[in-house]
Amino acid sequence: MLKITDLVHSYGSHRVLGGVSLSVAEGELVSVVGPSGCGKSTLLRSIAGLIRPSGGRITLGGRPVERTPDDLAIVFQDYSRSLFPWMSAANNVALPLRRKGMDRRQRREAAMAALDQVGLADAGSKYPWEMSGGMQQRVSIARALAYRPSLLLMDEPFGSVDAQTREDLEDLVLNVCAHHGITILLITHDIDESVYVGDRVVVLTRSPAVVAADLVIGLGRTRDQIATRQLDAFVRLRAEVGRLVRGGHTGHTTESTSVLEKK
Amino acid sequence: MDYARVLRGAAGVAGFLAVAELVGLSGLVDDRFLPRMSTVLGAATGLVADPEFLADAGATLTVWALGLLLTVALAVSAGLLLGTLPRAEAATRPLIEFLRPIPSVAVIPLAILLFSDNLHLKLAVIVYAASWPVLINTIYGLKDVDPLAKETLRSFGFGPVSVLARVALPSAAPFIATGIRVASGIAVILAISAELMAGGSEGVGIYITEAASGGRVDLMLAATLWAGLFGLVADAVMVAAERRLFRWHHVRTGGAR
Repeated sequence: MLKITDLVHSYGSHRVLGGVSLSVAEGELVSVVGPSGCGKSTLLRSIAGLIRPSGGRITLGGRPVERTPDDLAIVFQDYSRSLFPWMSAANNVALPLRRKGMDRRQRREAAMAALDQVGLADAGSKYPWEMSGGMQQRVSIARALAYRPSLLLMDEPFGSVDAQTREDLEDLVLNVCAHHGITILLITHDIDESVYVGDRVVVLTRSPAVVAADLVIGLGRTRDQIATRQLDAFVRLRAEVGRLVRGGHTGHTTESTSVLEKK
Repeated sequence: MDYARVLRGAAGVAGFLAVAELVGLSGLVDDRFLPRMSTVLGAATGLVADPEFLADAGATLTVWALGLLLTVALAVSAGLLLGTLPRAEAATRPLIEFLRPIPSVAVIPLAILLFSDNLHLKLAVIVYAASWPVLINTIYGLKDVDPLAKETLRSFGFGPVSVLARVALPSAAPFIATGIRVASGIAVILAISAELMAGGSEGVGIYITEAASGGRVDLMLAATLWAGLFGLVADAVMVAAERRLFRWHHVRTGGAR
């Protein structure tokens, strides 16, 4: 349903994406992992139509992405900036539904249902700044779910919460993906997380980023924070992704070049 | 509200009144020029039941309210325009920076020449003087809007006008409100200044001028006292409204004020 072909983007003379190609099938949860500064967020912003990439092609459901697609939602890392502090949680969730032509009562009901899904049934009237970080990120997720996007983009969604909350939120996303058949592209720099949540893991190289590897995880959909992480397959995949992210042979090339330059 | 702070403030006011009264009692100042504080306070109390003063106060209040309303409508719209069009802002910035520091009372003589209608004159000088803080705060507030908040709404497919109305405006609102509060004080000053300088048929400024020509310094001071008190109350009401409406903003900025 999402197909990216040879995506290139430069900021001035700095080339961030060097020809990224990847595709995501309906209902899949794909994690994209890569070293920090490799252009993961640029990739996500291009898919969302928030920036216009320098080159390449992105199609969503067969249609090329030229501006922000109608049925797409993003969950950002920085929930405290992405939620609107002057609105209650329920109103934050309900606001984007105005785009769906729903009336006030329908928006309200959809918002409450979405909050219920993320375990915040009683927190609708609370304001974001009255909530913990984990709760705020749940509200962001509820907002995205209520919108019923065909593609959900998540940009380091668990990067700003504590370890316990991170695990809870990972399981929440797995759950949502399994029960609601939403297609998710999740960007992370956390190797362990990319394997734990992903049906597939796409590894990007350092910028200018290209796809270094596209791994099928094959651990099934039912995962458990402790048991899954103990599986041999999990440990092996994590090590492989780790090696790829650290650079493998690409890393050697950069090293030798810099040595040559010094001489 | 901090009880101890209110108490200290009240003590300060009472102290000032007591000292002023003592100076009057001591005979240091001729009370034909500066009446005793108790006389002024007595006169001020008397004004509450004085239909002539009440009519004047009502007139000034109307001009103040109308002027402030016009100011908000004009300056907020102009600020929205300049805040969203950086090129237009850059082009008008030098002009704004030049006009803003000119003492606004200095434009009253010009306004007297330009406007034949007394109400128009007053409104014009109020709008001219009171617009600056609202305009500047609106532009500043819009510049301060979190780009991620705007991007969030854009990612849900909202267009630029919706982003302006649903994100930029609410998040700039606390800054705009502060600008309006400052403007309210300026509007009181300009309303009475214009009445004093340009004359007219009614207004607190007219009342003061007439009291002065009748040699009634106590009534002059009593009317002035009411004008000051009105400014104070208007400010307090707006502070309270800001606290209530923009609780989210004050919580965020750690704002105990």
